[in-house]
Amino acid sequence: MLSDKDRIFTNLYGLRDSDLKGARARGAWDGTKAMVEKGEDWIIDEVKASGLRGRGGAGFPTGLKWSFMPKQSDGRPHYLVINADESEPGTCKDREIMRNDPQLLIEGALYASFAMRANVAYIYVRGEFILERKRLQAAIDEAYAANLIGKNNVHGYPFDLYLHHGAGAYICGEETALLESLEGRKGMPRLKPPFPANVGLYGAPTTVNNVESIAVVPDILRRGGSWFATLGKPNNAGTKLFSISGHVNNPCNVEEEMGIPLRELIEKHAGGVRGGWDNLLAVIPGGSSVPCVPADQCQDLAMDFDSLLEVKSGLGTAAVIVMDKSTDMIRAIARLAYFYKHESCGQCTPCREGTGWMWRVLERMVKGEADISEIDMLFDVSKQIEGHTICALGDAAAWPVQGLIRHFRPVIEQRIEEFTKNPNPQGAVKAAE
Amino acid sequence: MPKLIIDGAEMDVEDGLTLLQACEQAGSEIPRFCYHERLSIAGNCRMCLVEVKGMPKLAASCALGVNDLRPGPEGQPPEILTTSPLVQKARSGTLEFLLINHPLDCPICDQGGECDLQDQAVAFGVGTSRYDENKRAIENRNISPLIKTIMTRCISCTRCVRFMTEIAGVEELGQIGRGEGAEITTYLNKGMLSELSGNVVDICPVGALTHRPFAFTARPWEMKKTESIDVMDAQGAHIRIDTRGGKVLRILPRENDAINEEWITDKTRFVCDGLKNQRLDTPYIKKNGKLRPATWAQAFEAISKRMNNIDGNRFAAIAGDLAAVEEVFALKTLSDYLGSPHIDCRTENCSLSPDGGRAGYLFNTTIVGLDKADVILMIGTDPRSEASVMNARIRRGVSTGQTRVGLVGAQVDLSYDHDYLGAGPQTLVDILEGKHEFSEVLKTAKNPMLIVGEGAIARSDGRAVLALAGRLANDFGMICEEDDWNGFNILHTAAGRVGAMDIGFLPGEGGLDTNGILAASETGNMEVVYLLGADEIDVQRLANSFVIYQGSHGDNGAAIADVILPGAAYSEKTATYVNFEGRPQMTMRAVFPPGEAREDWTIIRALSQALGKTLPYDNSMELRKQIYEVAPQLAAIGQITSEPISSLRELSHEAIRIQPTPFVLAIDDFYLTNPVTRASVIMAEMSTLKQEMNAEQAAANSKGMVQTHG
Repeated sequence: MLSDKDRIFTNLYGLRDSDLKGARARGAWDGTKAMVEKGEDWIIDEVKASGLRGRGGAGFPTGLKWSFMPKQSDGRPHYLVINADESEPGTCKDREIMRNDPQLLIEGALYASFAMRANVAYIYVRGEFILERKRLQAAIDEAYAANLIGKNNVHGYPFDLYLHHGAGAYICGEETALLESLEGRKGMPRLKPPFPANVGLYGAPTTVNNVESIAVVPDILRRGGSWFATLGKPNNAGTKLFSISGHVNNPCNVEEEMGIPLRELIEKHAGGVRGGWDNLLAVIPGGSSVPCVPADQCQDLAMDFDSLLEVKSGLGTAAVIVMDKSTDMIRAIARLAYFYKHESCGQCTPCREGTGWMWRVLERMVKGEADISEIDMLFDVSKQIEGHTICALGDAAAWPVQGLIRHFRPVIEQRIEEFTKNPNPQGAVKAAE
Repeated sequence: MPKLIIDGAEMDVEDGLTLLQACEQAGSEIPRFCYHERLSIAGNCRMCLVEVKGMPKLAASCALGVNDLRPGPEGQPPEILTTSPLVQKARSGTLEFLLINHPLDCPICDQGGECDLQDQAVAFGVGTSRYDENKRAIENRNISPLIKTIMTRCISCTRCVRFMTEIAGVEELGQIGRGEGAEITTYLNKGMLSELSGNVVDICPVGALTHRPFAFTARPWEMKKTESIDVMDAQGAHIRIDTRGGKVLRILPRENDAINEEWITDKTRFVCDGLKNQRLDTPYIKKNGKLRPATWAQAFEAISKRMNNIDGNRFAAIAGDLAAVEEVFALKTLSDYLGSPHIDCRTENCSLSPDGGRAGYLFNTTIVGLDKADVILMIGTDPRSEASVMNARIRRGVSTGQTRVGLVGAQVDLSYDHDYLGAGPQTLVDILEGKHEFSEVLKTAKNPMLIVGEGAIARSDGRAVLALAGRLANDFGMICEEDDWNGFNILHTAAGRVGAMDIGFLPGEGGLDTNGILAASETGNMEVVYLLGADEIDVQRLANSFVIYQGSHGDNGAAIADVILPGAAYSEKTATYVNFEGRPQMTMRAVFPPGEAREDWTIIRALSQALGKTLPYDNSMELRKQIYEVAPQLAAIGQITSEPISSLRELSHEAIRIQPTPFVLAIDDFYLTNPVTRASVIMAEMSTLKQEMNAEQAAANSKGMVQTHG
C-alpha cells in the first residue's frame, strides 16, 4: 500500500486549497528554475529512469516518446499537446487533477515542453468538462499572473500554455483526431506514419501526452526518477490513479502503487464489493475498452500493465468497473457496444459498419433472440474489426465483445436456449374476434 | 532505392512510392476503393491491407511509403505478403462490412457492370451474407441536375469530397455525421455547381453518384465505345463516346496525362443530348422567305444558279468554331478556285495572325509545361471557363505553392488564390515599365509565362495588346532558347481555330476579315457568303447576301441561310482538330450523321463539282495528303511540333496604341458556347441554374451579407 509520503496527488479529493498558494504549500513549483537549468537531456533521462509509462491507456514509455522529438528544430516550432479529453467510460482521474491539482499539470507542462524544445503547449479539454475547464483556466491565469509561465517567466524559458475546449466527441481523445480537432477540422484520426513527432499539430513536431503522465513529472524530477522507479513493479513503475466504480460500496478515485492486487484495491479503498467479495461477477480493469476479467481470475490479480495482459485484458486507464452477480453481463457489454457504435468516426469501413453490426446482434442476445451459431459469428466479426482500422477505436470496440464471449459464453447460450424454448412469454397474440 | 520482397520476389523500387504502387509494379493486384492516383490519400476503405512481416498489424498499403519500411534485424529487406491467409481474411472481412449496408439493387443500379464494389465482391468476397439486421438507408440529396444520388449505396470512400476540394477547387461536397450516420452531402443542401462536377461520377467506385441524364438508359456492355476527341473547348480532351443503335448515349474521359489527365468538363460530358436535338438532317432551300426541305441535287442547283459566273471578289467564306481541318481546307481550296481572298476563321474578330510564326498563336508552354511554371500572368482570360481541365492543372501548381498567378482583366473566381493586378491594358504597360509591383515577381521568376485570352485580343487595339504581351514575354525572360522555355501563350476557346489558322484560312491579299465581310455584306458588296458552321457572328448583318450555311445544327447561321447543307457533328466524322497547344488530333466517327446529313468535306467536294470547280481529291486520304503538304505539322497526329521561338520577337515590334477600356471575357456563359451546347436541354438548364445562383449571390452581396466563395 502506498504510504502518504510517496503520494503525488496530495489534493486529489479537493480537501485543501487548489489555488496556486495552496499548491505551492504542497510543493508545486519548488525548485523549478534549478531543474530547468539542468537541461533538457537531464529531464528526459530522469523521466526515462523513472520508468513512467503513459497513463492514457496504451502504456508507452513517456521518456522514450519524448526522445522521439527532433533534437534540432528545422525551422518548425515544436508543440506539446496535453490530452485532457478524458471520455473513456469509467475513467475520471484526469478530471480530479484538473479540478484539484491543476498546478502540477501546468508545472509538468513546462518541464515537458522544455525537454522537447516546445515553447507552446495546448491542453485539449473534453467538451463535457465545464467546471474542469474553468478551474484549469483559472489556474493557468494564476500561473501567468505569478509569471511562472509566459514569454518572460521567472524560469527563463519562454512558454505559453493554451486551453482548448473540445466539442464532446470520444474519438477526439485519439491523439491524431485530437490534433485534427485542435486545428479546427473534424475529429478524424490521421494515418500513421507520419507520426506526430514528425508531422503533428499544424504540420510541426508534436507530442501528445495524457494529463496524468504530465502531472506526475514535477514530482519525478524533484524526487528523482529512481524514487519513482522503486514504487510498483519492474516495468510497471510508480504510482497510479485508479478510478473504482460500479458495484462497490464506496466508489472512488485513489492513488496507489502500480501492481496493487485488485482485491486489496477494492476492499481497502472502495469499501469492498457490494455483497462481499464472493458476490463479484467480473471486473473491467482498465476502462470500458479492455476485455472483462471474470471473478475466478480476480483473486490474485495484480493491477499493472503486464499482469493484466497475461489474463488477456489490459490496464488501460486503470478505471476499474466492478460488476457483482446482479449484473446482466450481456446487457452491460451491449451498452458498451452501443457507445462505440455511437462514437465511431465513420472513416474506416470495419469500424463504421462493424460496430453497428455488433451492437445489433448483442441487443438481440440480451433477449436471447439469436442463434447459437451467432456467438461464433459475433466473435469473428469482432476479429474482422480488430487491427484493421486506422486508430484503436476499432480494437476498443472489439475487445469488450471478445471478453464477453471468451468468459461468458455459457450465459449467452443459456439465454438463447431459454428464448428459443418460449419465444413469446406473453403467449401468442390472438386475432381480435 | 529500397529493396523489398513482395510475395517472395525480391525487387528494387523507386523512392517515394507507396506500398500499393510497389505491389502493382511487382504484379500483385491490390484491391482498393478510396485510393485514387490523382487524389490525396485517405486510407479509410481498408481494402488494400497487406501483411508486412514484423509489423503487429496489417498495413494499409495505399498510405504506407516504401521508405517507411525498416529492414529486418539482419538487414534483410522488408517482406510483404499480398495474398497470405491473413490478408485474404481481412479483405473478405472489409468487403463483408461494405456490403452489409449496401443495398442489393445491382439489377437496377446504373453502375452495374462497371462497379468496383461489384467486381471486387466477386474477386475477393464471400458468396453469402451473415448480416441479418435491417440495412441502413440514407436520404438522397438533390445536388445537381447532372448527378443522380442514391446515397444508401455510398461506401464513404470520400473520393468525391477529395476531388471537389483538391481538383475542382470548390469546397462544395463534404461528409457530415459520424460512424454509421456519416453521409456525403453538399453544404446546407446547396447545389453543386462546378464545371468539373461530372467527374465525381467516374471516380465514385459504387453507384452512389451516377450520370443523371444517362439514368436507366443502357448497360455498359451493350454500348459501342469509340475513342475520340472533345471539341467543346480548344483543349482537345480525350474522350470515349458510348453509343447504341446510332445514338450517342454518353461521353466519358479517357486518360491522357499530357492533356486532360482523366478529367473532362461538364460541358464535354453532358452535351450528348445536344447531338440529337435541333439537327439539320436534310438540305433546305429558302423559298418565299421560308426554308423548305430539298434534295441535295436541288440545293446544289440553287447554289450553282446563284453563283453562276460570280466575281470571286463578291464571294466570302467564314469557318466557325467547330469546323475541322478537312472541311476548312476544302473550303479554302474552293475559295481559291473561285478567286476569292475573302476567307476568315477568326469569328471573334481577334487580332491573331501567322505573322509571328505559328508560335504567335499557340499555347507554347504546353499543358505539361504548366507543371514547371512558377509565375503565370493571365491577360483577359478566365481559364476556369475557357479551359476548365487545364485550370485544374494550374490550380495544382498554386496549391502546392509552386505557382503564383497574376490576373489582368475581369475579376473572376479562378478557384485558387491569385493576385488581381488590374482590369485593362494599362496595367500591362505598368508591368512592362516596372511601375507595378508584379514586375518584381516576374523578374525573379525562373519559369514565368503569360496567357493571353481571346477577350484581350478580340478588340480594336488587339494587335497592340498582342505586341504588349510579346514585349512582356521578351523583357521578363519568358522566351528562353537555352532552357527551351517558351512562356508566351494564346488560349483559344474554339476547337477548330488553330487548325484553320494552320492551313491558312485567313484573308488572302486584299481579302476581308470577318468584320470586313459582314460590313461588305451590309453595303451589298458581298453577293454570296458561305458559312461553315459559323454561328458565333452577328448573322443579321448578312441579310443582303445569299447565305449558304453548312453545319450540323439549326442554330444562328441556319436561321438566316438561303441554302442549308446539313453536315456532321464531331461525333459523326473522322476529322482533324488541332488543340491550343498546336497538337493535331483525330476524332473518330462513333455514329453516322442523321438523315441526309453528310461528312462535311464531302459536301464541299460535291458542291465544287456542281459548280464546275471540282476539288482535286476523291477520298480523305488524298485530301489529307494535300493538307499535310500545306501544313506538315498536322501529319504528326498527337504530337506537338516545336516552333521556332525567334519569330515571336517580331510580335513585339508592333506600335503600342492601347485603349483604356477593360478587358472582357471571351466566354460569358460556360454552358452555352457553340451550336451543340445550345441544342442541349441539359446545358440550358445548367445555364439557368448558374444565372439564378449568380443573381442570388449578387442579391446577398448587395445586402451586405458575408458570402463564402466556393
